[in-house]
Amino acid sequence: MIKIENITKHFGRFRALNNLSIELNKGECIALIGPNGCGKTTLIKSILGMVLPELGIIKFNGKSIKNDNEYRKHIGYMPQIGRYPENMTIGQVIEMIKGIRNHTNDLDTELYEKFEIEKMLNKKMRTLSGGTTQKVSSVLAFMFQSKVFILDEPTAGLDPISSEILKNKIIDAKNKGCLILITSHLLSELDDLVTQIVFMQEGKLILHENVEILKEKTGEATIAKSIIHLLKTQRA
Amino acid sequence: MIRVLKYVALDILKNKIIIAYTIMLALFAWSAFSLEDNESKGVLTVLNIVLLTVPLVSILFSTIYIYNSSEFIELLISNPVNRGMVWKALFIGLSLSMVTAYIVGVGIPLLLFANFATAIMMVATGIMLSIIFVSVAFLCSMLTRDKAKGIGVSIMLWLYFALLFDGIVLFLFFQFADYPIEKIVVILSALSPVDLSRILILLKLDVSAMLGFSGAIFQNYFGSNWGLVLSFALLGLWIAVPFAISLRKFKKKDL
Repeated sequence: MIKIENITKHFGRFRALNNLSIELNKGECIALIGPNGCGKTTLIKSILGMVLPELGIIKFNGKSIKNDNEYRKHIGYMPQIGRYPENMTIGQVIEMIKGIRNHTNDLDTELYEKFEIEKMLNKKMRTLSGGTTQKVSSVLAFMFQSKVFILDEPTAGLDPISSEILKNKIIDAKNKGCLILITSHLLSELDDLVTQIVFMQEGKLILHENVEILKEKTGEATIAKSIIHLLKTQRA
Repeated sequence: MIRVLKYVALDILKNKIIIAYTIMLALFAWSAFSLEDNESKGVLTVLNIVLLTVPLVSILFSTIYIYNSSEFIELLISNPVNRGMVWKALFIGLSLSMVTAYIVGVGIPLLLFANFATAIMMVATGIMLSIIFVSVAFLCSMLTRDKAKGIGVSIMLWLYFALLFDGIVLFLFFQFADYPIEKIVVILSALSPVDLSRILILLKLDVSAMLGFSGAIFQNYFGSNWGLVLSFALLGLWIAVPFAISLRKFKKKDL
């Protein structure tokens, strides 16, 4: 569904992505992991066309995303730190995105209801806590029945109950056959979600493996342990 | 495009600065015309105020507005919206509000008090000036990511166009008064939108006779229909070029 071929991106002299190629397919739930500053968010932003790589091609459904914006209709994106116009209320932001996407019927309002956004519609974005902003981001990401979900640290800052609600939503989407790309540092949280692991380091792809195969290879029971096992054996 | 423009326009309207700006311009214009007994003098007073304030408010408000809209822009870009479209919608939204403020604030009293030809010229140049400085503001905000730096650059540019440039031209004029530099001065004046507007308006007033020899030359170059077309084409370039550069930069920007 998404095919990335040899992309490279520099920020000044810092190389955020280094000749990275990867293919992401439908029905997979992929965890993007790696140390801080390894280029995860840059990769995500490149897929969304917010960061423009110097080299390489990104294809969405076989079409290059360069000079295209319609493909973003199929993507629900939840940023790591949601930045919203400060003087708008939650209600106005949601209405605006609906208007801009021109998608007003058959909306998916499950998260909207479960997070009880209705009670906060008149709150200004400026006054929201980090967790509430995350809730708004997730509501917006899942509202438009997208086929691809890109979630950058989705559960960071959410309370355990909300976090559970969001996780169930992600599992639902996976079962519907959507492609889901998640970055997270909480490896334990990913265990019941993901089907594939992508490990990045210094802008390079180190590992792209099916979770079951990875566990089998390393002989460990959880993702966290198998990754640590792998890193240790690599270093040795 | 229209959908994005709608949200931009709503947001600017909510920001009450534009309304305050309109009222301020109206106060200046009405008081200038009611204090001066002669309409020509009134026009001159308004002209001086307009040539200082319109560029200042246009460039400063627009620069700050664009920097403050970074979240708004980011949010739009992550949705299926064309980048160029977002930038153009912002430009049209800001230009429209500046132009509306000018027409309501200065345009109405001008059309009521001044003679028609002068009023039309002044409204036209004022509209051009408003849009030109919005366009320059867009360029400033693309030059640097740092808000303070961006606003600094736009203030510097305003100082340069509104005050410094005039000084430089005058300095040249006096230093080389013995040489036939009138043509060069004409060309130089055309390089600053503020000076060009001032000349265009002065030529419509009786006081242009007081400009002496250079007035005659200006009349020669800018007074004819050709000169008028050329002047407005130049003002048009001042809108198109900075905006086109900023649009190219914006399309390549990492958000």
